[in-house]
Amino acid sequence: MYVAVKGGEQAIARAHRWLADRRRGDRERPELEVAQIGDQLRLAVDRVMSEASLYDPELAALAFKQASGDLTEAVFLLRAYRTTLPRLAVSEPLDTASMRIERRISATYKDIPGGQILGPTYDYTHRLLDFLQLAGAEVPPAETRDDVTDAEPCPQILELLNDEGLVEQAIDDGSEPMDITRDPPDYPMDRAARLQMLARGDEGYLLALGYSTQRGYGRNHPFAGEIRLGQVEVEIHVEEWDETICVGEIALSECQMINQFGGSREAAPQFTRGYGLAFGHNERKAMAMALVDRALRAEELGEPISGPAQQAEFVLAHADSVDASGFVSHLKLPHYVDFQSELDLLRRLRREHVARQAELDSARDTASPQPEER
Amino acid sequence: MTRTSRGARQRLLALSSRHHIEARWGALGRLPGHRCLRGPETGMAMLKGRIGATGNAFHLGEMTLTRASMALDDGTVGHGWVRGRDHRHAELIALADAVAQHAAWQEALETQVLAPLADELAARQRRDAATAATTRVDFFTLVRGE
Repeated sequence: MYVAVKGGEQAIARAHRWLADRRRGDRERPELEVAQIGDQLRLAVDRVMSEASLYDPELAALAFKQASGDLTEAVFLLRAYRTTLPRLAVSEPLDTASMRIERRISATYKDIPGGQILGPTYDYTHRLLDFLQLAGAEVPPAETRDDVTDAEPCPQILELLNDEGLVEQAIDDGSEPMDITRDPPDYPMDRAARLQMLARGDEGYLLALGYSTQRGYGRNHPFAGEIRLGQVEVEIHVEEWDETICVGEIALSECQMINQFGGSREAAPQFTRGYGLAFGHNERKAMAMALVDRALRAEELGEPISGPAQQAEFVLAHADSVDASGFVSHLKLPHYVDFQSELDLLRRLRREHVARQAELDSARDTASPQPEER
Repeated sequence: MTRTSRGARQRLLALSSRHHIEARWGALGRLPGHRCLRGPETGMAMLKGRIGATGNAFHLGEMTLTRASMALDDGTVGHGWVRGRDHRHAELIALADAVAQHAAWQEALETQVLAPLADELAARQRRDAATAATTRVDFFTLVRGE
């Protein structure tokens, strides 16, 4: 017999009210504004946009606030909102070479056209807690220069290596990429589809997998060929004008990793590459993505598959935090009937076990009524 | 008077903040009657990247996008698109597109709205570049011995 059980509505409503109260916190203090989050907690906002796979800083800040700062919950909220919107356009491929640079560094070349630009980075900070911020000290504005009239062009560094043929080239063959939001993933997946999944993947997860390749589980000997952060214009083609137009710009983080040589009897040895691209200022994510992208090319490049980061289906099927937290969280839902049936089964098995033991014991008793003594 | 092309105008207005556009908009004076033909409507654009920046395209993720089409009373239609969810911003771009098709409004639009916005945008981008330039590393070599 199946009996449907309902209940808890009031408890749920009150739990949510308490949650809202907790989120608001001490009423003596001003409430956090969404605009403040967008302005002052921008790296959290960028991470939410990146993993939700929807670029909208204001909504990401709202999600962050609504989730009381729980990034995974915020990603879930924004990803859910995404499903309510129609798709109006598909952009032209973003041209990161024409990025308005805020940060651009290379760990492989010291002197590069456009220079090494550190930008607003946490690198080289001493990781000492700044107690002045506790005291609400004023912060001086960023410095600027009067002698800069225009940004110096910053060509992609890997293009410089291309001239000598020392690094594999990334050439567009015009193929249309798969879209995992329209077609369910089907393994094995090509690199374009893998990158789409990695781009929305959980940063912590990708970081751990990238790290695992450095520690030897699928080593690919990476160099940070170039990392750049900045603003890139978005262009779409519009039917109304039959023209490609700019509709605004977005912040992006890009990492071009240069990795260990590949080569064959036919092809001369050359560096291979891994690629990472993420919304906003998301440098660690872009780097981790590039490491994992390269690791997932193991089969294509004829490398032995020895580490978890090289196993595409394992890596990609578990990268999405919305999927992962959803499935883990469902364990909290009532499983009363499920568990009851397990209990019944377990009791029966134990009864049978006892009966079998008793049978065995009595059989042993009749077979050897008097145990031998040594 | 230089005439901004349709695409350049759309770009300029999309890269300018709505606040900046509205601050200039009043200079146009009384506009012809107009109404919304389509939208404004907010949806998404799927953004493509390129593998290794120059290779095959891949889908990076989506962004919010708003579009609007405005019609003047004489039937002239203008279109506008902008990243984000600001309906008024998209409407203003569409309205500018419609108005730009009328000789009577062209000059005011160019000189009172587009030219100052272009200056503001250039100044903002120059300021950003100048700030970034202060963080450029100047390497120097330490000479030992001698």
